[in-house]
Amino acid sequence: MRNRFADTFYELGKVDPRLAIVVADISPAGSIAKFRSEFPDRFVNTGVAEQIMIGMVAGMAQRGLRPFAYTIATFALYRPFEFVRDDLCYQNLPVTVVGIGGGVTYSTLGATHHAQEDVSIARAVPNLSVIAPCDPSEAEAATHWCAAQERGPVYLRLGKAGEPDLSKEAPDPWTFGKLRRLRTGADVCIVAYGGIMKRAFEVAERLEAAGKSVALISAHTLKPFDAAGMAELLREFPSVVVIEECAPTGGLSQQVKEIAWDSGARAKIHSFTLKDEFIHCYGSHDDLLDAHGLSVAEMTRRILG
Amino acid sequence: MSTNQASQRRNAFDGAAARARCLAYRRRILDISQQVAALHIAPAFSCVEIVDALYDGVLRREAEGTTFRDVFLMSKGHGCMIQYVILERLGVLSRADLDAYCKPQGRLGAHPDYGTPGIAASTGSLGHGLGIAVGQAFAEKLKKTDTRIYCVMSDGEFQEGSTWEAMMAAANLGLSNLVVLMDNNDFSGLERMSEGHRAFYPLVEKAEAFGWAAREVDGHDGAAVFEAALAQHGARPLLVVCKTVKGKGVSYMEHVPIWHYRSPNPAEYAQALRELEGAA
Repeated sequence: MRNRFADTFYELGKVDPRLAIVVADISPAGSIAKFRSEFPDRFVNTGVAEQIMIGMVAGMAQRGLRPFAYTIATFALYRPFEFVRDDLCYQNLPVTVVGIGGGVTYSTLGATHHAQEDVSIARAVPNLSVIAPCDPSEAEAATHWCAAQERGPVYLRLGKAGEPDLSKEAPDPWTFGKLRRLRTGADVCIVAYGGIMKRAFEVAERLEAAGKSVALISAHTLKPFDAAGMAELLREFPSVVVIEECAPTGGLSQQVKEIAWDSGARAKIHSFTLKDEFIHCYGSHDDLLDAHGLSVAEMTRRILG
Repeated sequence: MSTNQASQRRNAFDGAAARARCLAYRRRILDISQQVAALHIAPAFSCVEIVDALYDGVLRREAEGTTFRDVFLMSKGHGCMIQYVILERLGVLSRADLDAYCKPQGRLGAHPDYGTPGIAASTGSLGHGLGIAVGQAFAEKLKKTDTRIYCVMSDGEFQEGSTWEAMMAAANLGLSNLVVLMDNNDFSGLERMSEGHRAFYPLVEKAEAFGWAAREVDGHDGAAVFEAALAQHGARPLLVVCKTVKGKGVSYMEHVPIWHYRSPNPAEYAQALRELEGAA
């Protein structure tokens, strides 16, 4: 996702002189390095200084540029949070804050590098749109949208690198603010966002092996959320599963249950989130997700149980 | 995008005219304090001459109208009352706007909001303005305009780490189009910097060590502020440390922290007017 974002940003930046990127001491991956060498004036590294990264992009947007701020998710959102809130959201400026490695992607680095409640926090702030693509193609579509939009600030939560392309066969296109059907089915509807979509596909395969027909939905835009689309899914399917790499408080799971209550839905809802805990486990990203109770086997067992 | 139209700036600063304007601004602020209690008088009074020198001398106007080619950014948002009364005099804000200050039907609050005419950024939380000003100055450089960004900051804001992040970034980026005027009244909310935070000083040397040009002036001498803000400073950003008195002009407010956010009662109001006029 990170590399596709970089490729896309580079291509867009070649034609739109308003696009600029401000990073805080993160090595510019892939095409961002190419962007930096071709357009050095539009690449800024503030160093290990995230408050000025956010303050700067606010001022740049006010003077007509379309800047992106870019660093590891914890340092893009948590460290300069009040600057995101006041400078970007209160002033409602068209700026994209890119958080790399949302969730527990940086699995060996410990909780200081785990953006495990980023979506919850970002969703709570007025004016801030929240987008979490599930694969490189969605990252590309989202980047196109972010670069052209005039709506206001965006938190774009990306994974790291190496995610498979899951949306190639999707019947729906990527549309900002709309739930996207990646695969159709009739019995169970799995709703997920971000890199954990890969596990959602694996759960779907196991459920299908057990005789269920399973639909997969990408909830790539967490805010503004497609509540009408969600209410429709809750009517359509007897069983809805939410899988997210985010804290249980304030994430997609709570939102789906809220919509279910408000719309009087009768679907059975299973939700799978990160635990409300700092887990002292150091291993692969997969190991961390398993430690949070998000193994494919465990989720499948609970859904079928 | 560079423009070569003649800059609309005065060549000399008329000190007597400035003193008359500043007296009128202080009176207007005191008048408003008798209608609405929610205002920061003393922090506004300490930067009256600074903001006046910028609006009536330093900032270049567009060829016609009330818009400016340079940017004024009030980072010490709690001092915005002086900006409001100046914008009222310039016709950017209306008398009705000021009459509805801090009232539900109005649009002016005790901190300035981006989107209000004449307001370059929403401030109020300290330590934000300089970062935004750095981004604005960077954008103008990138666009190759000659627009300059003038940012008025409190000295208290220089206790924020974010300000020093911005100080480093401005120098690293060579933002010669950025001028900061620090309202150095020596008071944060609780106490004097020079007593409670002695390592806060010296300021000029600190800024120079961070790669800025810096100088110190009497912040209640409009002509001195005017000249310092327009001084040549090469490829570096410029900090003008303006030595000021919090609550300047009203004896019982000067250097007294409670007046950071208190409005005078009718007797105090009358005394304040007498003192201001007596000094004029």
